[in-house]
Amino acid sequence: MKLDRTSCVALVAVIGSAVVLALLNQLTAPGSAVHVPTYVVALAGKYLCFAMLAVSVDLVWGFAGILSLGHAAFFALGGYAMGMYLMRQIGTRGVYGNATLPDFMVFLGWKQLPWYWHGFEWFGFAMLMAVLVPALLALVFGWLAFRSRVTGVYLSIITQALTYALLLAFFRNDMGFGGNNGLTDFKDIVGFNVQADSTRSALLVISALLLGGQLWLARCVVDSRFGKILIAVRDAESRTRFLGYRPESYKLVVWVLSAAMAGVGGALYVPQVGIINPSEFAPGNSIEAVIWVAVGGRGTLVGAILGAILVNFGKTWFTGALPEMWLYALGAMFVFVTLFLPRGVVGLFRGRQQKEPEIEAPAVAAAHEVTG
Amino acid sequence: MHRLVVWLLLAFLLLPASPTRADSLDDAYEELSASALAISAANFDSVRQGVEHLAESGDSRAAVVILALRNGLLYANDDHKLFIQQPDGSYVDARTGAKAADVTDDDVKAVRVNNAIRSAVDAALGGLQLFAPDAATRLQAASAVFAAHDPAALPALAKSLDNEKDPEVKRRMQQARAAALLSAPDASEADKLAAVATLQARGDQDARGLLAAVAGQPGKVGAAAAAAVVAIDRILQIWSLAQSVYYGISLGSVLLLAAAGLAITFGVMGVINMAHGEMVMIGAYVTFVVQQLTHAYLPSLYGASLLLAVPTAFLVSGAVGVAIERTLIRFLYGRPLETLLATWGLSLILQQLVRSLFGANNKDVDTPGWMSAAFQLGGLTLTWNRLYIIVFAFLVVAALMAVLRYTSLGLRMRAVTQNRRMAAAMGIRTPWVDALTFGLGSGIAGIAGVALSQIDNVSPNLGQGYIIDSFMVVVFGGVGNLWGTTLGALTLGIVNKFLEPIAGAVLGKIIVLVLLILFVQRNPRGMFPLKGRAVEA
Repeated sequence: MKLDRTSCVALVAVIGSAVVLALLNQLTAPGSAVHVPTYVVALAGKYLCFAMLAVSVDLVWGFAGILSLGHAAFFALGGYAMGMYLMRQIGTRGVYGNATLPDFMVFLGWKQLPWYWHGFEWFGFAMLMAVLVPALLALVFGWLAFRSRVTGVYLSIITQALTYALLLAFFRNDMGFGGNNGLTDFKDIVGFNVQADSTRSALLVISALLLGGQLWLARCVVDSRFGKILIAVRDAESRTRFLGYRPESYKLVVWVLSAAMAGVGGALYVPQVGIINPSEFAPGNSIEAVIWVAVGGRGTLVGAILGAILVNFGKTWFTGALPEMWLYALGAMFVFVTLFLPRGVVGLFRGRQQKEPEIEAPAVAAAHEVTG
Repeated sequence: MHRLVVWLLLAFLLLPASPTRADSLDDAYEELSASALAISAANFDSVRQGVEHLAESGDSRAAVVILALRNGLLYANDDHKLFIQQPDGSYVDARTGAKAADVTDDDVKAVRVNNAIRSAVDAALGGLQLFAPDAATRLQAASAVFAAHDPAALPALAKSLDNEKDPEVKRRMQQARAAALLSAPDASEADKLAAVATLQARGDQDARGLLAAVAGQPGKVGAAAAAAVVAIDRILQIWSLAQSVYYGISLGSVLLLAAAGLAITFGVMGVINMAHGEMVMIGAYVTFVVQQLTHAYLPSLYGASLLLAVPTAFLVSGAVGVAIERTLIRFLYGRPLETLLATWGLSLILQQLVRSLFGANNKDVDTPGWMSAAFQLGGLTLTWNRLYIIVFAFLVVAALMAVLRYTSLGLRMRAVTQNRRMAAAMGIRTPWVDALTFGLGSGIAGIAGVALSQIDNVSPNLGQGYIIDSFMVVVFGGVGNLWGTTLGALTLGIVNKFLEPIAGAVLGKIIVLVLLILFVQRNPRGMFPLKGRAVEA
């Protein structure tokens, strides 16, 4: 399917700059003026993973009107799948030198690998799980929620409860996911050293390619006939239902797809930051992901990528330069964007070119109330 | 000869006492003074007997003398007269407490003790308290004897039981006696059976422990004890159930306090205020500040500083709430998802603000004396602060209901939330009502903060811990319904506390969250949904 111009530009920009960063890191000497240090490469890779999360949030929030405050849960589940693969790759190089059991299990005195850890020594299986587990959770949760027509803020609050419950669960040592400390001290990924510059650069390019793929996929979904109905569901769910569509089925499909996309982001995130722990499930993370989308521009997909990169760059800069001020800045951003920039940064540019129909689902509902 | 003199002297001094008592007292003092004069095994025995006799005598000076003996301050002279050395080095007569000015260090020798005596002294001191004039001390002593269940205390117990008037103390003494009897090898079977019955009537964990120790023995006593253990277990189970319910109500009342304000802002106004937890946090910090100020300027009111903090916290949090409504939320009515994000941002700012002002550390908020300590009610242990918070939570909800139901402001609030346009057409200043409603909800959150400062750490993150739970309570109870909120909070609290012993605290909480998610799927509008056209809006 053909992409619109903005998405094409974004696609080229993301992949192009990732390739340039990777090449500059690999081909220039550390002393040279144009050399890109490895930490910048890792940071850029992290931003792109967050951008994948943002695209997945925008897909459900911007096009189906589902404000998920628990999307980081899917991201973290994908991350844990990758983390489990990386743990199994450590082998005898751990502190205790146990060939099958990760260090924390030896430490807890476990004798054998829990059943759900089996298979994660294969990369393919782990990656399949990184997509399937979030998708499956989303399927069960979404099937229950949409079928009983839980919408709006209620849905937002129970998604938050979902990620909170997972947070508490993963903190438990008995869960077998490393408890408080999570999974870390990774060595190899498919035979390459995780810490090496070349691996980092490759991971960055792979992240950019996957992000581009996700953008293309999301664009295809929302531009298709399916996407049109999705937008109809977002703007007037009852009316769509009365026209003979089943809003819950459309929402469920896009919800599961979005969760799988977030899972991919999480899986790439873990080798680049080198750790996954339960704090990734913290409700605050999910809400932060929503603000990336809001800053960039809800319902634009490209805006989600832009927002994720901008906000996280700001976070990196602030926490380095003015650590006290970061929460003020983040908080002010939430307030400012919702009050003055309802269509985000992308909306600023696009507003002059074309008038888009207002995204105001509650206004439509209010109109219903008034008319009868 | 000496002895006769002493006897006469003492008989004169202790005229009200019965002759037999004086007699045994004399023996006791005589025995005590023995070891000062010659050291032998027999003398130590005599001292031990002296201690025991003295303890049984119930004499008012006995405690002082025995204490002095333990501390090595008891001296005897050649006349077998006993003296206690005072901190300043002078001596007083052990028997009367009168100053003995003519006694010097050269005249007296210390009464020696060995380990056997020390343990006798300790037992005797416990027993002696049984005769203290103060009922509370006697009660304490009875509990101590119960815990020690040493058969040596039996004579003292028998004696004190005869004189005891206070029914509560008497009951405790009987229990202590029963405990001692069970451990006594030479007690008759009938006595022991009676003791088992007494302990079964007491029915707590300690009594169960004593009975369980006997339950294995052959014979009637063992069988009776085994039966008693089973009976006590059944009662203890009921009590632990009741205790769980109480803890549940306690947790529920905390949830209720945190959610009551939300029931107004979210339930009545439909505004998702993610900064609600920060209103609670502000209330807790107001409590801290008020306490510091009263400590500095009005020390006499320090005990009442919590009471002062309640209205102050209401006003401060309420004012912050009104300010938020006027500057932020009023632009976002009808856009709940945007409100959610903006107020979340606000909560980050407020947290950081408090962190900058007060520092990231926890602040100490004192618990006033009338709120600390605990008491027993049957098999329940109730702490005062929890009890006050339960009562307080219900008072707050009752007051809130009264405001909504009976005041003009409440009438306007209900009118505006039911039909904004119609209310405006009737001349109600809806923006004003919005601001006040939001202020009311925030003020209630501030009051919750005062209560939470007593049981939780006062830190910038205080509110975050409650926000998800509060939303759950409101959603569970049904939006716009304070009864639903109350019932929802209590149900969640009790379910949580019942799951805790089965599944552990964290898993219990997870189960509750999952159950809630499932519940919301089945009843998307809570236990008590609003009916009518407003539902679909």
